[in-house]
Amino acid sequence: MQLDAKIPSGPLAEKWDKHRFELKLVNPANKRKYTIIVVGTGLAGGSAAASLGELGYYVKNFCIQDSPRRAHSIAAQGGINAAKNYQNDGDSIWRLFYDTIKGGDFRAREANVYRLAQVSNNIIDHCVAQGIPFAREYGGLLANRSFGGAQVSRTFYARGQTGQQLLLGAYSSLMRQVAAGQVSMFPRREMLDIVVINGQARGIVVRNLITGEIENHAADAVVLCTGGYANVFYLSTNAMASNVSATFRAYKKGAFFANPCYTQIHPTCIPVHGTYQSKLTLMSESLRNDGRVWVPKTPGDRRPPNQIPESERDYYLEEKYPSFGNLVPRDVASRNAKTQCDMGKGVEETGFAVYLDFADAIKRDGKDVIQQKYGNLFQMYEKITASNPYETPMMIYPASHYVMGGLWVDYNLMSNLDGLFVMGEANFSDHGANRLGASALMQGLADGYFVIPYTIGGYLAGTDRPEITTDHPAFKEATRYVTERTRKLLSINGKRTVDDIHRQLGHILWEYCGMSRNDDGLLKARKLIQELREEFWKNAMVPGSSEDFNQSLERAGRVADFLEFAELLVIDAFERKESCGGHFNEAYQTEEHEARRDDENFCHVSAWEFKGDDNDPELHKEPLVFENVELTQRSYK
Amino acid sequence: MTKSINITLKVWRQKGPHVKSGFETYPATDISTDMSFLEMIDVVNEQLTLDGKDPIAFDHDCREGICGMCGAVINGRSHGPEKGTTLCQFHMRHFSNGDTIVIEPWRAKAFPIIKDLVVDRSAFDQIILAGGYISVNTGGAPDANSIPIAQEIAELAMDAAACIGCGACVAACPNASAMLFTSAKISQLALLPQGRLEAANRALAMVRKMDELCFGNCSNERECEAECPKEISISNIARLNREFIKAGLVSSVK
Ligand SMILES: Cc1cc2nc3c(=O)[nH]c(=O)nc-3n(C[C@H](O)[C@H](O)[C@H](O)COP(=O)(O)OP(=O)(O)OC[C@H]3O[C@@H](n4cnc5c(N)ncnc54)[C@H](O)[C@@H]3O)c2cc1C
Ligand code: SF4
Ligand code: FES
Repeated sequence: MQLDAKIPSGPLAEKWDKHRFELKLVNPANKRKYTIIVVGTGLAGGSAAASLGELGYYVKNFCIQDSPRRAHSIAAQGGINAAKNYQNDGDSIWRLFYDTIKGGDFRAREANVYRLAQVSNNIIDHCVAQGIPFAREYGGLLANRSFGGAQVSRTFYARGQTGQQLLLGAYSSLMRQVAAGQVSMFPRREMLDIVVINGQARGIVVRNLITGEIENHAADAVVLCTGGYANVFYLSTNAMASNVSATFRAYKKGAFFANPCYTQIHPTCIPVHGTYQSKLTLMSESLRNDGRVWVPKTPGDRRPPNQIPESERDYYLEEKYPSFGNLVPRDVASRNAKTQCDMGKGVEETGFAVYLDFADAIKRDGKDVIQQKYGNLFQMYEKITASNPYETPMMIYPASHYVMGGLWVDYNLMSNLDGLFVMGEANFSDHGANRLGASALMQGLADGYFVIPYTIGGYLAGTDRPEITTDHPAFKEATRYVTERTRKLLSINGKRTVDDIHRQLGHILWEYCGMSRNDDGLLKARKLIQELREEFWKNAMVPGSSEDFNQSLERAGRVADFLEFAELLVIDAFERKESCGGHFNEAYQTEEHEARRDDENFCHVSAWEFKGDDNDPELHKEPLVFENVELTQRSYK
Repeated sequence: MTKSINITLKVWRQKGPHVKSGFETYPATDISTDMSFLEMIDVVNEQLTLDGKDPIAFDHDCREGICGMCGAVINGRSHGPEKGTTLCQFHMRHFSNGDTIVIEPWRAKAFPIIKDLVVDRSAFDQIILAGGYISVNTGGAPDANSIPIAQEIAELAMDAAACIGCGACVAACPNASAMLFTSAKISQLALLPQGRLEAANRALAMVRKMDELCFGNCSNERECEAECPKEISISNIARLNREFIKAGLVSSVK
């Protein structure tokens, strides 16, 4: 099958305008006749549901949490990018586009990324109009800070709670549409299957997490905004309920999964300290604006940091990358931290941590300034570690954080299944092999506020869809499948808890498919995952019943999907015989240990098609064509 | 310093909204003091599962104090005794070997219990739905810098906007009032020029909705402020009252 990304023709800067003009429109009076299902209420789903409601569509919006306001996006700390150039420091749409393409190690589509940079400015305008209290300068204008992979200051922020404020903005718009009757909310629902009729996505099957009831919902189109799968690593910075289930079910129904091996390991997280640990906490990348990363020069030096003199410290990022210094992109910063620790220069009891030191910034700007910028992050750090970062350097280590991979979508954000749109972290589209900081919030809101309102109209106006209701046999079939799977989970009656198995899966992936990968390890991981999956279905322990509020059952279903998906992730990593961004295969590195791409053979998107439980998935390639930028070896020196 | 402690939990167990309920006692042994409170419950739940018992249901998601999903009353204190902290960020180093910890759900008429420590807080969504927004559609907003806002005003609005909607203020209030929550949203939007236009209607609509939903009245007990994990100030309630009175005047003129 030839994947068609449907990229509009014409010069890069005019593609989106031209496309918007060419897309068919739905007449306002007809909009209310269409029902659109939006799964997810994060930045992508919340903004989409609100905007589609405003346009006059009838929207059904679903989420796992008890309120749409609690989607995982709420946890984003650092900020959101836009090409406003308010700082007059040389930013432009072109520069944001270029930084994003380069940061992604030339593995994203030019046209999508350019559009993202174009609409970034509208996002900030809209968010301010919604009443989002962004940080401001004394003169009353908006303030900016810098993030990794960029040499301009283009990140807008609301203290260390940018995601929270942006999400509450989208949530307030969403509630306004609920009040207007345009959107119906379905919280505490988990999507367990998608219903495809005549090759078109026409509905979903969800479990009501309070009563256990299985519900059917039909629609003219389905929009998945269900977030990323970083929790496949067990320990990650993601919220506990973040999962792959929704996108994985879509994959099993025919949607292609693109680049699953592009996972992002974030360099600045609080290190792991015990087996009981349930998640890892991110310390925002914005801290690298003022914090200096270092380790002792001598391996095994266990003196407390304040007793290690300047001359015996290795500020390895500043030394190796003088022009970007501590602000190199995440994949580069993470790999360097791992290299230092592997050489025995790591700190903390475990040896798996490096310092992030604010002493110089405090000396330069004063404690007050630092407190104003990062107060809540410092407080969070102190709560968790009981150590005060104003006095002793933070200790940080990389952790699984974000995924660039996701369901394949075309320029309209529609998957290869008609009528199935995928947005936000759940799709693969804009970040290539590595995402730059503060760009996920931008992408989620771009997709939801400014892309889907146009492209879904084009789809609805341009396709014929038979009238269907939830009485259609496809709904019955999907319901049967979901019910049967739930019954199976509850009847395993084994001896290991689901969390315990999930933890083991995480170890396998972290060890063999984490920050650095090699062919032998990947083959081994694949085998270990298969064995673990088998063990899960024989020996997991899932208490309780299906007709009840049953959190163990919820987790079991998600872990069962992770166990299948993990294999796809490893297969994709094995298949990509190059290093790029977050995918680092040790066999492909430059002399300076940077990722070495193979543009001749791997300048493509890998999109995987499900071929049945007992067969390997089939690979489809979407070639990436670069007409406007030159592919170079990324350098941040 | 990391160490291990043994403690006893007395946990409220309730299978559903209107069924028999009461405290059950469980030992929690070998608990690392570096654990968060929720990680401690995870450990107890793993053991309950292995023993063939029903694990304790509790809401949680981000585990970093921002989603507002978690919350329970710990020894009589919402989110536990540490100031400005959600339950997920509260650590076991605040307990000593041999302690007994009593864990209960939020108790308020407007927050019916779903199971064990899980309650239904959809009434908060209802309050926001009544007017907790600025009525702008996507598209067409002017350039973001066309409305300068004094830094201290933006900061005040941000202080109010920090509310995570957890419900601790309601649980802590002897009248189960939702004034702190409601006033935080009303303040955030009333402080900003973008939100001023609708300030009067917003205050009226949200306060009416709050009354309708069985939340109690505010009698200035200040418990909410003391227990709020985001340290939302009670001065927001004063601002709400001013907006409400102004709104009353405006609407009686009409
Ligand atoms: C700690 C942290 C900090 C971050 N900081 C930044 C930052 O500063 N800047 C930046 O740009 N990015 C940041 N990111 C990344 C960014 O927050 C996310 O990529 C982004 O918020 C994802 O938004 P989303 O709308 O795609 O999905 P999410 O916000 O994850 O929302 C997913 C939604 O889908 C629902 N859902 C999921 N599965 C199902 C299902 N099966 N059935 C029904 N509903 C389902 C959930 O309930 C939820 O409503 C950060 C991420 C983390 C973890
Ligand atoms: S005001 Fe405080 S206690 Fe009340 S819901 Fe908001 S954050 Fe929670
Ligand atoms: S779990 Fe999110 S605030 Fe506690």
